[in-house]
Amino acid sequence: MRLFDSLWIEWRIALRFLLDSRLQTALIIVGIAVGSAVVVFITALVNGLQDNLIDRTLGTQAHVRVLPPDEVNQIVREPGVITLVLDTPREQPLRSIINWQAVLATLDQQADIRAVSPLISGPALARRGQARASVALIGIVPERYERIISVSDDLIAGEFRVEAGYAVIGTELARELGLGIGDKLRIDAGVERQAVVRVTGIFELGVRELDSRYVYLDLKQVQTLLDLPGGVTQIDLAIDKIFEASRVSERLTRLTGLEAESWMEKNRELLNALESQTLSTQIVRLFVAISVAFGIASVMAVSVVQRTREIGILRAMGSPRQQILRIFLLQGGLVGLTGSSIGGAIGLGLVVVFNEFGPGLFYIPLDFSLLPSAVAIATLTGILSAALPARRGATYDPAVAIRYV
Amino acid sequence: MSDPILQLTGVRKAFAVGTPAEVEVLHGLDLTLDSGDFAALVGPSGSGKSTLLNIIGLLDRPTAGELHLLGQPTRELSDADRTALRNRAIGFVFQFHHLIPAFNVLDNVLMPLMIRDGKPGGAEIDRARALLAEVGLGGSELKKPSQISGGQQQRVAIARALVTEPALLLADEPTGNLDTRTAETVFALLQRFNDEFGCAVLVVTHDPRLAASCRRTIELVDGQIVGDQLTTNSTPRRHRP
Ligand SMILES: Nc1ncnc2c1ncn2[C@@H]1O[C@H](COP(=O)(O)OP(=O)(O)O)[C@@H](O)[C@H]1O
Ligand SMILES: [Mg+2]
Repeated sequence: MRLFDSLWIEWRIALRFLLDSRLQTALIIVGIAVGSAVVVFITALVNGLQDNLIDRTLGTQAHVRVLPPDEVNQIVREPGVITLVLDTPREQPLRSIINWQAVLATLDQQADIRAVSPLISGPALARRGQARASVALIGIVPERYERIISVSDDLIAGEFRVEAGYAVIGTELARELGLGIGDKLRIDAGVERQAVVRVTGIFELGVRELDSRYVYLDLKQVQTLLDLPGGVTQIDLAIDKIFEASRVSERLTRLTGLEAESWMEKNRELLNALESQTLSTQIVRLFVAISVAFGIASVMAVSVVQRTREIGILRAMGSPRQQILRIFLLQGGLVGLTGSSIGGAIGLGLVVVFNEFGPGLFYIPLDFSLLPSAVAIATLTGILSAALPARRGATYDPAVAIRYV
Repeated sequence: MSDPILQLTGVRKAFAVGTPAEVEVLHGLDLTLDSGDFAALVGPSGSGKSTLLNIIGLLDRPTAGELHLLGQPTRELSDADRTALRNRAIGFVFQFHHLIPAFNVLDNVLMPLMIRDGKPGGAEIDRARALLAEVGLGGSELKKPSQISGGQQQRVAIARALVTEPALLLADEPTGNLDTRTAETVFALLQRFNDEFGCAVLVVTHDPRLAASCRRTIELVDGQIVGDQLTTNSTPRRHRP
């Protein structure tokens, strides 16, 4: 309370002046409160919306995927010799990450990687009776895979049991082929590579592509079906800081020599949309702050004029200019503080109302950490906007001011 | 005799300097006030009395000349130093008493101390209460200025001017808008404090009867001192030989 003690009389006079012109003070506080409420609510709303979108996106994909490098033609050029090249792009057959066990061990040791899941995937036909569907076989180690995408949270029937001879499929596929728990499904991945598996679980991830195509199987079974014994085609990763993903993937590319791809590259459009949304909220915030600042400045300007005589009296009694300045700066800060505290509380109240009675599309987390920054910014805005009027008051000629009626 | 409290040498004051409307109001005044002086400043309206008082009270700067307050030259002082000196050495009483309406009577009296030292201690509060009791407003500490009469407000203003125990009390027509009986009470108070604290008093007044009760009368006409004499019929005071 040092600040309060050393500015004791400034606080007293500032508070008295504010309480004395009650209506004026109340009006500007209401104005600041409305502005802060809007900013806090919009910020919480947009943050909530963005978190929700990112959660949904990352709910069905790995943060980073490690893949074998593409096969390319090596062209040898002799220096000084003009070479004409007819480059036919190579076909990219399904192939394993070379020495993936060693890569897995390396990745397991990275501090910023939370989960590592090797998998093998490839195309196949699924058949039941006369019905056929083209599917993607995903051979996984379930304990590892669950830490990347928790399929068992999205099961609508059965259990997430993936071992030799058992399969977990999506709800769309189940509907197309008329499959239920315990039913048999024929998988056809090519000549001589067929298997019959029993459905143990049906999931709904909410993404049509996945729900109609994914068939989770045991890693070894898929290796056999796709004729890649002992191989994996991809390693999925989950990391702690999701927005570090592209940096992590760059690092892993250098570290492993493999191709690493982050969710951020795959979802460029989403990220662009989020960024422009963030930008537009910032613009809204800026304009609210500007109009609040003008509001405070004009009220303080009026107040300084109204207090001309009192300023003269205080100066005549020996109040230094700096003291007059501080008295009005404090008033600006105080209305900013009070208004934004009330407004911040109202903004969070609106969040509760939105969650309770709103469209219910998503939930906005009640983020109390928005309050301190909103209050700090509004208080600072109050002090800064009061600066000009306060300066004018402080430089009044006391001999003239005291005669002001 | 101690050093003079106030010494003016060749003080001039012009307004609107450098414009076509430039007008000189005070034309080179020399004046000395000793501690314990009780002087009336008289003169027709517009003769420059308030201007002179503002200059003496360091509220305004002379255009030329020097003003010594408590032996200290003030011409070169910064605004901050002038303000501090004003707070320490000068007590003001104005015609329209000029209390701060937002504060109660006690706070108004304490204001010069609070401006200087912050939160007042018990001794300061006691002194303010004692001063209020002396001006006959013992029970009105917590009233707002708007809740008491004009004469009472003027007495509060006197208590406020004295709370810092100034060396010089300046009063600009303190009884100007009071009825005769109230004016006499207020004047008597000024005289009593002059007696008790020995603070010099310079009071502007239009009332010849009140002026006659001061020990010294300074007459200002058109910005020049045309008369400065000891009043013959006032009772002699012990401070003056
Ligand atoms: N701020 C000012 N600007 C211009 N002229 C002024 C100002 N203050 C006072 N005057 C002029 O100076 C003269 C003296 O004024 P003042 O000191 O108030 O006289 P008094 O107090 O004796 O009635 C008047 O003519 C008045 O118009
Ligand atoms: Mg006057």
